[in-house]
Amino acid sequence: MEWSILEQYGPALLRGFGVTVLCWILGTIFGMALGLVIALMQRYGPRWLGWIIQAYIEVIRGTPFLVQLFVLYYGGPLVGLRLDALPAGLLGLTIYGSPYFAEIFRSGFRAVPHGQIEAARAIGMAEPTIVRRVLLPLGLVSALPALVNFSIILTKETVILSIITVPELMYQVSRMSTETFRYLEANLVLALFFWALVETISRVGRRFEARITKHLIERT
Amino acid sequence: MQASAVDIRKVNKYYGPFHALKDVDLAIPPGKVTCLIGPSGSGKSTLLRCINFLEEYDSGEIRIDGQLIGYEAPGRKMSGRKLREMRRSIGMVFQQFNLWPHMTALGNVAEGLVRVRGLSKAEAQARAAEALAKVGLADKMGNHPARLSGGQQQRVAIARAIAMEPRLMLFDEPTSALDPELVGEVLNVMKTLAGEGMTMVVVTHEMGFAAHVADQVAFMEKGELVGVDSPGRILHHPEDPRIQGFLRTYHERNSF
Ligand SMILES: Nc1ncnc2c1ncn2[C@@H]1O[C@H](COP(=O)(O)OP(=O)(O)OP(=O)(O)O)[C@@H](O)[C@H]1O
Ligand SMILES: [Mg+2]
Repeated sequence: MEWSILEQYGPALLRGFGVTVLCWILGTIFGMALGLVIALMQRYGPRWLGWIIQAYIEVIRGTPFLVQLFVLYYGGPLVGLRLDALPAGLLGLTIYGSPYFAEIFRSGFRAVPHGQIEAARAIGMAEPTIVRRVLLPLGLVSALPALVNFSIILTKETVILSIITVPELMYQVSRMSTETFRYLEANLVLALFFWALVETISRVGRRFEARITKHLIERT
Repeated sequence: MQASAVDIRKVNKYYGPFHALKDVDLAIPPGKVTCLIGPSGSGKSTLLRCINFLEEYDSGEIRIDGQLIGYEAPGRKMSGRKLREMRRSIGMVFQQFNLWPHMTALGNVAEGLVRVRGLSKAEAQARAAEALAKVGLADKMGNHPARLSGGQQQRVAIARAIAMEPRLMLFDEPTSALDPELVGEVLNVMKTLAGEGMTMVVVTHEMGFAAHVADQVAFMEKGELVGVDSPGRILHHPEDPRIQGFLRTYHERNSF
């Protein structure tokens, strides 16, 4: 192995990693937000809206991210949607993640005991307040492990953004390997960065989970 | 005669094809305790839940202090805002407590005061603390429900309802989910409330409570209201064979 090439490519790799983390964070936040809106519309919206949403979920979940990204980036301009690589990548990640997040929120909401919602209705609480004060906090708690899990899956989908030239880690690694033929070193670096990222996310996730469920678990 | 706090007239309720309430008529006198008894599946909870419109009735009328609940006029639904306004003055206590597990006891009681009554947080907490003291939980205000016994949880639930200063309280088997040794503390709080002149409708299997605290007892079977009378007459000298049968089974099951 030849690690001296890292001196030359190190800064680019680090920059790539930064872009990867940025894409992951924003993609996760936007995807979760869209997923939450979808889940709430499914729960409270009219039935016809539910059908449209169901179709959206089926389509997005039924196609590879790669294909979605191609359609968005190369097909978008045909309908007037001209985006740079990074915004296109973020939009793609958001759309790709949203149906999974929506399903996670939906099952989280279903885990909230109906009686606790009825108790709020019985004192005259308005539905939006019930969502904010009861449904969301309790639904999020049951959804948290699945949310963390899917956001970890999402870290690895970010590598696909390299094919539309988003300068993230995979993109930099490919460049380094084609220029130096150091495929093994390049991909080891890639693996190492991802391992660090995933490990951090799951640790933070577990700690967060422990903190917010502290009061909900019955003393035995 | 005094006007009723709740007036139930010819109420019918269907679950799909199943006829759950059949032409139910019942007058709840103000300041009195009405107990609803009857076999499992007879429609007691359904009737109780129709009173605050958690369950929609299909025909007939339910009036709270003269005001129709759930409908603007027969067949025309009431607006959500108006329904919520009416519910503010009707407290409800559930068999499963239904406390919000992410809030402390104080938080549970203060929640409605802040979000529904629009009180400031400080004012709400002061009133919530008062309500909790009233049910004997002044020292448990900071506990989350998971750190309270069943009896304590149910008392928090009662405090949550009375803090809203309701005119009427509905109880759906408030002690059925409790270990036997915890039943007393909840019944005592309810007795105090009754002594203060709260109008109460209580679905219960506690015949002792019905006998000693109720001013009237209503017996339901198969969706029908079979009889309403003083506890003495319903529980000790029932005329209807259906009530006799129910009480016989009750006594057999509870003797050893
Ligand atoms: N949501 C529902 N859908 C269909 N049927 C229902 C529903 N809720 C209640 N029922 C039926 O209506 C009938 C009356 O139910 P209800 O819960 O009012 O009885 P209850 O007298 O409170 O019984 P229990 O003493 O067991 O609580 C039962 O036969 C029940 O199966
Ligand atoms: Mg019941």
